[in-house]
Amino acid sequence: MLQVRNLSVDFVSENGRVPAVRGINLHMAPGETLAVVGESGSGKSVTGLALTRLLPEPPAVYASGEILFEGRNVLQMNPRELRALRGGGIAYVFQEPSTSLNPVFTIHSQIAEAIRLHRSDVADVDAEVARCLDLVGIVNPKQRMWDYPHQLSGGMQQRAMIAMALACRPRLLVADEPTTALDVTIQAQILEQMRQLKQQLGMSILLITHNFGIISGIADRVAVMFRGQIVEEGPTAEVLGNPQHPYTRALIACIPQLGQRRKRLTTINHEELDSLVPPTLP
Amino acid sequence: MAFYDRLWVQNTLIALVYALVAWVLAGGLRSERWTSAWRRLRRDRVGLLSMGVLLAYLVLGTLELVRIPAQTGSVSVLERLTAGIPQEKGYSAPWAETTLSAANPLPLKGRHLLGTDALGRDTLVQTLRATRTALLIGGLTSVIYIPLGVLLGILAGYYRRWVDDLVQYFYSTIAAVPEILMLVAILLVLGKGLGTMAIALGITGWVGLARLIRGETLRQVERPYVAAAQAMGQSDWKILTNHLLPNVMHLVVIKFVLGFSGLVLAESVLSYLGVGSPVGTPSWGAMIDASRSELSREPFVWWNLAASTSALFLLVLSLNLFGDSLRRAFDPRRS
Repeated sequence: MLQVRNLSVDFVSENGRVPAVRGINLHMAPGETLAVVGESGSGKSVTGLALTRLLPEPPAVYASGEILFEGRNVLQMNPRELRALRGGGIAYVFQEPSTSLNPVFTIHSQIAEAIRLHRSDVADVDAEVARCLDLVGIVNPKQRMWDYPHQLSGGMQQRAMIAMALACRPRLLVADEPTTALDVTIQAQILEQMRQLKQQLGMSILLITHNFGIISGIADRVAVMFRGQIVEEGPTAEVLGNPQHPYTRALIACIPQLGQRRKRLTTINHEELDSLVPPTLP
Repeated sequence: MAFYDRLWVQNTLIALVYALVAWVLAGGLRSERWTSAWRRLRRDRVGLLSMGVLLAYLVLGTLELVRIPAQTGSVSVLERLTAGIPQEKGYSAPWAETTLSAANPLPLKGRHLLGTDALGRDTLVQTLRATRTALLIGGLTSVIYIPLGVLLGILAGYYRRWVDDLVQYFYSTIAAVPEILMLVAILLVLGKGLGTMAIALGITGWVGLARLIRGETLRQVERPYVAAAQAMGQSDWKILTNHLLPNVMHLVVIKFVLGFSGLVLAESVLSYLGVGSPVGTPSWGAMIDASRSELSREPFVWWNLAASTSALFLLVLSLNLFGDSLRRAFDPRRS
């Protein structure tokens, strides 16, 4: 369904071009969940945004490669096709739910906007909004949909964001750090909700996260990104159980284990990795 | 007689403008955001009171605006209604029985609640009639500069790059020319009159608003809800009008209210420079202007200044309070 071949994305700055993504390859099958894991600045969010060309150009430049979504090259689409793809084909859920919702409108009007945009055949928009909110586990959706974003808790806001993404009926949901801004119990709830939704609706999920701890329950496969490259990729259990790349091993070693007594938390020594993956900035 | 000078054409135009405003309001009241704002506003006593005062001003302005035929030419409805109040020979103090003259006081034909001006006209009537000038200048200019400033500011803030450069170039050029010089130049080219004055003030007035809106848009664009709308496949124009505009609207309300008194005063400055409203047009600006000499005579004449500034003060105060209430009513966080 999704094929990313040799994709490179650069950012043009005053000091020359800085490569953010360096020749990555990705593939996703329908109904599959792929987790892209990496530290800050590894290029994972850039990869997610590049899928529908959401990066502002300039400074972003698509230096090489192609992105095939359902057989069509995204990088060659015109603005009209891109708008239809965004939301309709590939929908996004971002990290910060409190600011991703427009503060002056009710949840209802924002989800209704998504429905009117991509599913003009829906006659009863109100009922569809309530159904979407019900789908993501919001209790009493017929009343809650008239709430403003500030009247909802962080977890509820993120559920509303997911409902907004689902309202467009996307085939691929890109979740960019969907649980990072939430506390741990809500994190688990949201991830469980996403897992159930994937089964119910049969869509694919691209989960972008820096947290190795959350992926084991939800992702089928993992791609580990480091300095703009995918250094390791494979089924979740394999990568977690038998990591091949030193960076993956280092990253997994950083997860604090319950019941283990340590004086210091493990960190990654970046100099050791320089010979394997050259840094993006000289 | 030119087509535009016919009374029925002018009065039909006025009626059309009111019909348009009513139509827009009625359309707005069907939307969920406006109805909930109206519900909140109805519980706001200060808001309702200031709205009432503003409506009274609007009625007064309209009464002066609508002209009806008379024996010689035409008179405004307000003039006709106050025709029974007699004209005196010169200044007279409020509720006095003689004109203001130590040497040779003449008996007055009637009593005047707020006295009379240099030409013996009733100050209260003149103050009420001047409402038209204030509302015309304030209203027409706002109708010109607000859409211009909002559109250019929001476009510059959203698209940045060359659009921003272009808009900034425009407003920097206008801002670089001394404002009064610019106004006088435009008025000399376009000719005297309230309409041309509103155009001139509109051309110079959008700069501040555009700057304000541009800055706020730059700030709002960085907020993730814009990225979320883009990721949903929403078009740029819809993002501008549906997402960004409501988030910068509070600045427009504040700027409109604060700018209103400035516009009324600008009218007096321009009239003083001889490029403003035609001589004889009742206006608070002209009354304030005349009081420079009135306050320096002996005994001094204070009622013209007091009446015009009080009227202006009450209008601006009501606008301020109503603007505040409106902003509160539209803010979902205060429900």
